[in-house]
Amino acid sequence: MTISRQQIISKYPSSGHENLIPILQDIQQQEGYLSEESIIEVGQHLNLPTSKIFGVATFYNQFRFHPVGKYHIQICRGTACHVLGSSNVLEELEKNLKIKPGQTTKDGMFSIEVVACIGACGLAPVLAINGNFHAKVTKESLVQIIESYRNKTED
Amino acid sequence: MERLDEVNKEFLINEVLRDFSNNSKDPETLRKLSLFKNEVVEKPIIYIGAGTCGLGAGAVKTLIKTRQYLESHQIDARIVETGCIGLCSSEPIMDIQIPGHNRISFEHITEDRVDQLLDHVFKLELPEEDAVGQFMSPGMRSWDHVTDINRHPFFISQQRLVLKNCGIIDPVSIEEYIARGGYKSFIKTLSIYEPVEVCQLIIESGLRGRGGGGFPSGMKWKFANAEKSDQKYLICNADEGDPGAFMDRAVIEGDPHKLIEGMAIAAYGIGASNAYIYIRAEYPLAIERLHRAIKQATDYGLLGKNIFCTGVDFEIKVKMGAGAFVCGEETALMHSIEGKRGMPSPRPPFPTTSGLFGKPTVINNVETLSNVPVILEKGKEWFASIGTEKSKGTKVFALSGKIALTGLVEIPMGTSIRDILFTIGGGIRDGKKFKAVQIGGPSGGCITEENLDIQIDYDSLLKVGAMMGSGGLVVMDEDTCMVDVAKFFMDFIQRESCGKCIPCREGTKRMLEILESITTKPKSSTSNEALDRFKGIMQLEKLARVIKDTSLCGLGQSAPNPVLSTLRWFRNEYEAHIFERKCPAGVCTNLRTFKINVDACSGCTVCSKKCPTGAIIGSKKTPHFIVEEKCIGCGTCQEVCKFNAIEMV
Repeated sequence: MTISRQQIISKYPSSGHENLIPILQDIQQQEGYLSEESIIEVGQHLNLPTSKIFGVATFYNQFRFHPVGKYHIQICRGTACHVLGSSNVLEELEKNLKIKPGQTTKDGMFSIEVVACIGACGLAPVLAINGNFHAKVTKESLVQIIESYRNKTED
Repeated sequence: MERLDEVNKEFLINEVLRDFSNNSKDPETLRKLSLFKNEVVEKPIIYIGAGTCGLGAGAVKTLIKTRQYLESHQIDARIVETGCIGLCSSEPIMDIQIPGHNRISFEHITEDRVDQLLDHVFKLELPEEDAVGQFMSPGMRSWDHVTDINRHPFFISQQRLVLKNCGIIDPVSIEEYIARGGYKSFIKTLSIYEPVEVCQLIIESGLRGRGGGGFPSGMKWKFANAEKSDQKYLICNADEGDPGAFMDRAVIEGDPHKLIEGMAIAAYGIGASNAYIYIRAEYPLAIERLHRAIKQATDYGLLGKNIFCTGVDFEIKVKMGAGAFVCGEETALMHSIEGKRGMPSPRPPFPTTSGLFGKPTVINNVETLSNVPVILEKGKEWFASIGTEKSKGTKVFALSGKIALTGLVEIPMGTSIRDILFTIGGGIRDGKKFKAVQIGGPSGGCITEENLDIQIDYDSLLKVGAMMGSGGLVVMDEDTCMVDVAKFFMDFIQRESCGKCIPCREGTKRMLEILESITTKPKSSTSNEALDRFKGIMQLEKLARVIKDTSLCGLGQSAPNPVLSTLRWFRNEYEAHIFERKCPAGVCTNLRTFKINVDACSGCTVCSKKCPTGAIIGSKKTPHFIVEEKCIGCGTCQEVCKFNAIEMV
């Protein structure tokens, strides 16, 4: 069941700066990213200039302004992951998918996002694909993981 | 079912919470309580560690497999999803409690091992090698040849106050939390103390903030308590931004009610009727458990209006952070809750005077607040007897990096770092040599071999140029390059700098540039780059001082710490990078040089085709050469060469 953007926005009172971030979070949760139209709509609802909303949204790492892939890969670049070689994993990932962090593959299948720390440092290096964690990732196991997601879609 | 819940609620509220001062309960009440506590069980219970680290290691699959097993063997058993017990490297962990027997804990139970394990245990046989230990319980049959879990090397030197219930109890059962003594401290506080007495008690217990600076928590409360205002706020900072720290996540996932109880007591002391938990959006499981726990507590009348007919109101709202490291800073965090960009503002006014929405506000960290219930329960003297002279109580550390056992440990202040790493953590992975441990995240510093014996507390760490921070311990071995680590932190900080003040915004970028020029090969050594590099160390130190002295907030003031700390202890590594153009640990690939052995090269051209920068030249069937100026040291040629003709020099 999908809720329309209007439904999300109307859950919140039409005044108060306080609800801006939760609304944006809800919209991104539902639509995958913040489109120009959605920011304008939020502005109309909260009676805030679009520039102000854009200013807040771009400040935070969480908000995206482009659609993500069907499988959104979050790769952890925390200290523990770094020490255990996450930069090599990221490099391999970029090579394998031929995209950089923040981009989506041409077929819309994968996108990469670098996150500061997922909080599973005990299992470093870690990455999460659509919220599913993969622990102790190596260059070799990464290729298998990506393949398994690729094959999933062919079924 | 609902009826039973109501009966349980009635019982727990009347017999346990309202009757908090009675320590000699009748046998029937005690029997009921032991059922809630799962000390006595009527049917088998299978506990699966389903915190984020458990899930990462495959606990979901283990869970599904376990359900299938129970169904196909028609065994009537209960499955409890617990939080994390702290031994992350042993996940997925499965505990089994058969009626009449001690609860026993097994490690690495991936889905393929579920059937075999359950086959054995339900026949009361033991697959010995997998057992971590057993939980000794009076009157229960113990398993032969299995050690007491409290004597396991990982647990034996720990003293678990904050983590006491984590991984043990069902985190979404308020019944179990109350049966184990939970919310008693809160009701006791409401009944016998005046708010100002609570503040005084926390001051005298010596509790200091566990999130960074170590400011006495009770003092903060007292300042806010003294303010006159129609509205005051309490904020719990669960925006655990330090990469390498995950104790707040584990506490919330494993024992959310403890945090809520701590917050309720703090709010009473301050006189706040509203509170926010500002939590990272990266922790979806913790957020879900918090919401459930808040709902349960509200249902029990422990939150809401007129709590237990005392006239006290208290409500908690959960606010999701949106991913900004700077929001760990108090004033920035408040701006973020207000829906603005998370930028810090100068202090004074301090938040306790004018904070969230201009009202008096106290901000405490998750671990700090989770210490509060036990202080009220066991007394300030008891708490003050743990730890060192100026740092009381325990501290949770997150062990990660190149150490044998990773996870969460809680030790009394004053324990040596050597004990944490080598006794509890099992030493360095794969028999490598210890180099340093990074403590306190991007604001902290390194501790080297010679300082391993210092006793951990707020002040001793500052003396060696590190800081407690939130307690992330990332262990590094001989294969870690310290210049690379410094560069990693600088890269992190310059990205996370909010941009408000110039020293932090510009200074950290310049520091990163210098570190990059140190760790990359110059295109030509005749340019100014060589000179810049030589000046690098001096400039780094100068810049660091300016940033430290002139930045607006804590993030900026501590931003140069990782560089200063690595410069202090590992200057030789910097010098090797600068003068010899070598990375002793072999991490900075850009400084590597490769050579083709002309005798072994068959001229197959594979390397020249694969080289990403076209640095290899040579015609077919004749030996190839590497053009050093073009080489970026990636090592691809060495990987693809079938004749072992390429070597690193």
